[in-house]
Amino acid sequence: MAFESFNEFIAMGGHAPYVWAAWAATAALLVAIVLHARAERRQLLRSLQRRVRREQRLGVDQDEAAKVSHQSGGNRHDT
Amino acid sequence: MWAFINKLRSPKWFYAISERLLPWFWVAAAALILVGSVWGLAFAPADYQQGNSFRIIYVHVPAAFLAQSIFVSMAVCGLVYMVWKIKVADMVAAMMAPLGAAMTFISLFSGAVWGVPTWGTWWMWDARLTSMLILFFLYLGVIALRGAFASRDSASRAASVLAMVGVINIPIIKYSVDWWYTLHQPATFTVTGRVGMPMEMWVPLLIMVLGFYSFFIAVTLMRTRSEILRRESNKRWVRDLAGGER
Repeated sequence: MAFESFNEFIAMGGHAPYVWAAWAATAALLVAIVLHARAERRQLLRSLQRRVRREQRLGVDQDEAAKVSHQSGGNRHDT
Repeated sequence: MWAFINKLRSPKWFYAISERLLPWFWVAAAALILVGSVWGLAFAPADYQQGNSFRIIYVHVPAAFLAQSIFVSMAVCGLVYMVWKIKVADMVAAMMAPLGAAMTFISLFSGAVWGVPTWGTWWMWDARLTSMLILFFLYLGVIALRGAFASRDSASRAASVLAMVGVINIPIIKYSVDWWYTLHQPATFTVTGRVGMPMEMWVPLLIMVLGFYSFFIAVTLMRTRSEILRRESNKRWVRDLAGGER
């Protein structure tokens, strides 16, 4: 341990604002990156499922649907 | 060999293999960053000149390493995409750009904060700092280019070209501290060659660097998987997968 007490650890020998600002910004960004990646994946899976389920309900053949939306440029956004 | 390259072409194969690799990289990233942080913040000895402010090195150096490595990876992906038309390479490159920008930001920010107690200034137009700032703008340029085209193909090609041209900046960043007289010190952290710092400081830094690399690989794999679902949403296997999963 490089510090005698917890308070000393927090104080960082008078460099607390610098050390903690740099570390906090880094930690916050890393956490944000992970949360974003997770949210992105969930959202994508959900919208894909909705689309597949709706097409099944409508009785559309999936291959036909794929072909049709491919011909129209594949730009169908159904959210 | 060719069979392997052909497999690499297939987003479906990438999706399957990355699923198996992903947990390992997440675990490695979490464990290494946790151990490296505790070690670097609480157990590594204080620097005899800089005191405890030197502990910023444990986020500054790994982020700066990644900032440069990600750009090189992006340029390599761009080349692979341009030469062999491998779509997955372009997806990987697209997912790496924001992460690279974030890492460049971390290294610039932590460097600025570190500069105040150490140099007495948070910014100087010195070669290392300026070339890192240029790297940040190159990342923003790549991201902006991808959004600037109606056709995905043109966007991918433009972004690949910018990444391949912009990679010139990487050796400039690396050697800036040797070529010019800079405020920024030359590299203290090396894996090969003479180690410029005591072992008790170097080992946690190595752990943090490895942790950041694992983090980069994990995030890139995960986001590329999402990108595959997005771009291949009309493919049969993606639909089957979406129908099957909860």
